[in-house]
Amino acid sequence: MTMFDIISLVIGVLLIVIAFLAINSKKLIKAVLFLSALSMLSVVAFVLMKAPDVAITEAVIGSGLVTSLFVFTLLSVRRGESK
Amino acid sequence: MKNLLALFGSLLLALGIILALSNNTLFPSFGEADLSDRVSDEYLTQDEIDALGSANIVTSIVVGYRGFDTLGEVTVLFISSLGVALLLGSSAKQKRLELNFKPNFMLRVGSRALFGFILLTGIYIILHGHLTPGGGFPGGTMIASSILLLYLADDQFRAKIKSFKILEGVSGSLYVIVGLLGLLLATYFMQNFLPVGTVGDLLSAGVIPIIYILIGLKVGSEISGIIDNFLTEEEAK
Repeated sequence: MTMFDIISLVIGVLLIVIAFLAINSKKLIKAVLFLSALSMLSVVAFVLMKAPDVAITEAVIGSGLVTSLFVFTLLSVRRGESK
Repeated sequence: MKNLLALFGSLLLALGIILALSNNTLFPSFGEADLSDRVSDEYLTQDEIDALGSANIVTSIVVGYRGFDTLGEVTVLFISSLGVALLLGSSAKQKRLELNFKPNFMLRVGSRALFGFILLTGIYIILHGHLTPGGGFPGGTMIASSILLLYLADDQFRAKIKSFKILEGVSGSLYVIVGLLGLLLATYFMQNFLPVGTVGDLLSAGVIPIIYILIGLKVGSEISGIIDNFLTEEEAK
């Protein structure tokens, strides 16, 4: 096994574990943060697979924009509930 | 117990997928796939690269050969932003959403310091779309993220959303007009009608940089509009 194989294997296992945690976490904010970590790790996976175009798009949209929109939606929903 | 069982099941499924694909002739290992029976070989020859003038082959396929499909993608994004605007409402009279947290000193200063760098990176990625990885979609989203930072830094800030909408409409129509010019001056829709230049120069590849700049402006203004819709609300009566 080369170094490349070991790194991609570790990232693949971590992707599955983090996806599982994102589905199974009780608090919604934790699920959003796990989803953000998942897309950050998949950026690394895309770079390893030599697809930099997809990696840039995933980094900007998946871990930046979508996470912030989810967090803002959660904040406003919580504000509505507390009223 | 249930969680452990589910984790074990998903790991078993992953192991099964890896074992099924590792000794499969239909799924060659990384870097050993024969490209000539997957991508049409003509797109990858040196003559074809010289004819289109784009150093980045992904861009030359996405915008050069498949410009019509990209127009469809831009339309999908437009319809989704239209849906968000219909649901959440977007008028200049709306006020900023009052959240439970106030931006502290670090957030205010850090956002303003990073805003310029992120905006410049987005513009760089759009302008160099035909040379390096990236292009209109990621660059436009990066510009929208810098607008989001401005919204984070100041809880009274609002972008001029009306001019964003005008910019979005103008760049979307210009995209179609560039395609129609290809139909008029050359033979088919979205065909390149400008001189190609040297492969690798900033001013090369004919209409591809123009189309990517238009896509970047459209995507950036659209997603900024979506962010504004998310962070505003109607005034309480």
